Amino acid sequence: MIIIFALFLLSLLVITALAIVRTENLFVAVMLTSIFSLLMAANFFILDAADVALTEAAVGAGITTVIFLGALALTGEREKPSSGGHSVALGTVGVLGLLIIYATFDKPRLGDPDAPVHQHVAPWYLEKTPEYIDIPNVVTAILGSFRGYDTLGEVFVVFAACIGVLFILGVRPSRQAYDRHDERFGLRHHLIPQVVGRLLIPFIVLFGLYVQFHGEYGPGGGFQAGAIVATGVILYALLEGEAEALRAVPRSVLLGLVVGGALLYGVVGVVCMLMGGAFLDYSVLSSNPVFGQQLGILIIEAGVGMAVCGALLSIFHAFAARGSIP
Amino acid sequence: MIDIAVDILSWILLTLGGVCVLIGGVGGLRLPNFYTRIHAASLTDTMATILIFVGMMLQSGFSLVTMKLFAIMLFLLLTGPTATYALANAALLSGLKPDAGTVTDENKERTGE
Repeated sequence: MIIIFALFLLSLLVITALAIVRTENLFVAVMLTSIFSLLMAANFFILDAADVALTEAAVGAGITTVIFLGALALTGEREKPSSGGHSVALGTVGVLGLLIIYATFDKPRLGDPDAPVHQHVAPWYLEKTPEYIDIPNVVTAILGSFRGYDTLGEVFVVFAACIGVLFILGVRPSRQAYDRHDERFGLRHHLIPQVVGRLLIPFIVLFGLYVQFHGEYGPGGGFQAGAIVATGVILYALLEGEAEALRAVPRSVLLGLVVGGALLYGVVGVVCMLMGGAFLDYSVLSSNPVFGQQLGILIIEAGVGMAVCGALLSIFHAFAARGSIP
Repeated sequence: MIDIAVDILSWILLTLGGVCVLIGGVGGLRLPNFYTRIHAASLTDTMATILIFVGMMLQSGFSLVTMKLFAIMLFLLLTGPTATYALANAALLSGLKPDAGTVTDENKERTGE
């Protein structure tokens, strides 16, 4: 039964991808990429990857769409007509596609327990997580502790992306530009979206906090929580205008979140070293090694959430402020 | 006995919900212009949501899952109609007039009205 769902979703994915390539209206393309992400999230969920599905739904279908729309407001709605080069591109894609299809012949069957990926380190993680860390969600244990270096790298990538966007777009527009921007774009005069939005924002932020601090027990963690909280603030910005959102969560706070989150993660690692362990070896944080691991994961997840939330909101504001410059 | 009754009731609700989704889909494709189309699509947001979620709640029995389903239903019932309203409002603002006649969007484009 589940395989029918999976096939249905995968064929919808192919149709959506073809529609994205075919359409010349960029607005339609942005909406289709959002649908693509949502379908992908459903696919991940069918494959039992709830953590990834949550991330894809929050970041791919939610925030990326808003940022794309912000970018579209700066450019045009129509794709530039391209001239020539179609046959070369088509040939390259065709050859690569055939190669990938050929490679799948060697691929193990879906969910095959003898597949190499299930024989390498995964059994060790599953076996040792209850002993070393003792939290139910093995994904969080792997991301936070066993592969803490990788996650630290990801946080620094988010940090670098945020800094990069701010360098390119981070022009501070004058006060006057803001006010005009509000009159044009805020939904203050639209009663229904405003009432419903105001009703939903507290619950969105609450759900973000739940995902953040429940990450050890269920799907979720810093990345997803940061994205969900950022969604709540972006909804506020869409309803009340960008200036109001900046008054609620100022730029300095956002930058503090980005820098503070990345720093918090690094500092936990250094503290581990000072207390006699290896970098990011949380066992030394407490007299009980298992509790030390749990404490370390809780703190670095908080750092990840802060960094992701701050970075996404900074990028959103960078695009939105750019659009209001006359 | 009561189990079978609840089961049958929930399947009736689920089927009716599925029919509503189908009607919404067909209407979205077949109706002549924008406003009638979102009218059809809004059937999926409201009627189908209620029917399908009540059906699923009956299937799940009384547990934490029921509460979660209820919360999701409430969320969808709030956001769906709001999205439809925002869509219609945006169309009106961008100059698409609701037309009681038989004029379709395609016709309008052709005659350049």
